[in-house]
Amino acid sequence: MAKLADIAKTIRSKNAGVDKITFDVIFTDADAYDRVRRSGVLSREAVCRLFGLAPDRISDHVEFDPALAIKFTIYRRQPSGSPGDADVFGAQQYGPLLGIEVPES
Amino acid sequence: MPLSIQHARSANHTLRIICPNGHLGFAPIKTGSFEIGCRAEPDLICADSGSCDVGPVPLGADISSSPRQWQEQDLETMLLASRRLGVPMIVGSAGDTGTNSRVDLFVAIIQELARKHQLPKFRIGYFYSEVGKDALRHRLDAGDAIAGLDGRLPLDEATLAATERVVAVAGVHPYIKLLDAGVDVIVGGRSSDCALFAAPAIRRGFPQGLAYLYGKILECASFCCEPYGAKESVLGEITMDDVKVTAMLPEQRCTIASVAGHTMYERANPFYEYFLGGHIDMSGCRYEQYDERTVRVTGPRYVPAAELRVKLEGSGKIGERYVGIVGVRDPYTIAHIDLVTGWARSQVEERFGRDGYELHFAVYGRDAILGLSDPLRAAPGHELAVVVQGVAPTREMAEEVCMIATRQMFYARLPQVKGTAGGVAFILDEVMPASPAYRWTLNHTMRVDDPLELFPSFVVEAGG
Repeated sequence: MAKLADIAKTIRSKNAGVDKITFDVIFTDADAYDRVRRSGVLSREAVCRLFGLAPDRISDHVEFDPALAIKFTIYRRQPSGSPGDADVFGAQQYGPLLGIEVPES
Repeated sequence: MPLSIQHARSANHTLRIICPNGHLGFAPIKTGSFEIGCRAEPDLICADSGSCDVGPVPLGADISSSPRQWQEQDLETMLLASRRLGVPMIVGSAGDTGTNSRVDLFVAIIQELARKHQLPKFRIGYFYSEVGKDALRHRLDAGDAIAGLDGRLPLDEATLAATERVVAVAGVHPYIKLLDAGVDVIVGGRSSDCALFAAPAIRRGFPQGLAYLYGKILECASFCCEPYGAKESVLGEITMDDVKVTAMLPEQRCTIASVAGHTMYERANPFYEYFLGGHIDMSGCRYEQYDERTVRVTGPRYVPAAELRVKLEGSGKIGERYVGIVGVRDPYTIAHIDLVTGWARSQVEERFGRDGYELHFAVYGRDAILGLSDPLRAAPGHELAVVVQGVAPTREMAEEVCMIATRQMFYARLPQVKGTAGGVAFILDEVMPASPAYRWTLNHTMRVDDPLELFPSFVVEAGG
């Protein structure tokens, strides 16, 4: 099975304000975008399982066709930059997404 | 393909803006693409200087996150071009936080640059965004809710008391007021990123939906281009019907993917952008490749707010802070690292009790970055670094909290450890003073009657 990192062009995370982190998975072609969408490997439920989150920790989950992107946003455990937060920009939270296995369509 | 907008305007009634930097002062403007942009008949030069990304320390401590030299360099690049071309220059959210002291700093730098370069007389308009805690307390006393954003509770007295400094996030209004006053340079306090681009467009009569979209697309400069390369200039053009954006660095282009991708950058939802006075709905936007390096966007919808609510950002001090670093190589110790940090914490508790300070261990090589969310936290690397943070009311106590925890990891009592001469490796047998610890205390909104009421503006002269 292919890994998400082999299929997506961009996989990133970044602060969305001081209380949330948003994740973008962007594809170069519609086939790959559709394949991942349909597979459910980035569904709300799958994301919660991967990161060990309760469902209410996800604030937004959208498919953004103009950018061929799947995007979801989570509430932080504490505001960015509080002592104990080791990712002030939220820029390295995407790591676990890279190895997600995507079934053939 | 139409002629590139880099070489000619695409309509009679247009407003063209060069944006050279998405966070002015944070990393220097790349001047090559900026000069190309300056040759493309811009009507204004605009850049935002603010961000919450730098964390709560700069707002709380009222400092910038970058050296003054970098700020001077970017302001010099923009100012000299603005005066040479005779077009206004706008900088928003001065000095990362947009506090009054950062606005004053930017105004002073621009006045010094005017003297240094013997520029002819020009006028600087500026506005403040700080909100006094007393004013907020009066609101609370009057029963006027200061509502929480992103799941936060309404502001209460205790949180306000723990807050050091608050800025309100301005919309287009103070920028339009200062443009109406005919100033040549504007230095803004805290404001929405898109506002400083939208303001001149709205003032010239372009549709509000397009004007705010224009700001949203331009505000991060070359982040809307590909291939990736930050701090390069982009040229935007707004007409009555559309917004266009083109890359100024010859090696970069704006594509549908790069521009659409950017509209969702660092925001929870790609379809909505909120600001003082309303929001835009971008769910109906169309993206087209206009020429090889330019994208055209149409179709945003402006939705005015039923009630004017201004966003407030506040930071409060937790305490003084020291940092220590240790390394671990023994596999047995690595497997029991929580016992090691637990021992260290117990030793701090023996000295100071359980309350009145904070102690944090970030275990690099296991889960420092994602914490409990890391699916691989049960499989740590063959060596770990533990970064210790001690936070306490005084520097002396913070140093001692951090020093006890760091030093005691060396003496951690693990039952079956082979190495009995020392449980961790010190890169430095010391702890280091760090910035005081702050936290974001306000991410809230407050009702206002007038979008200008929190943002007093002023005009001064420079040069001549």
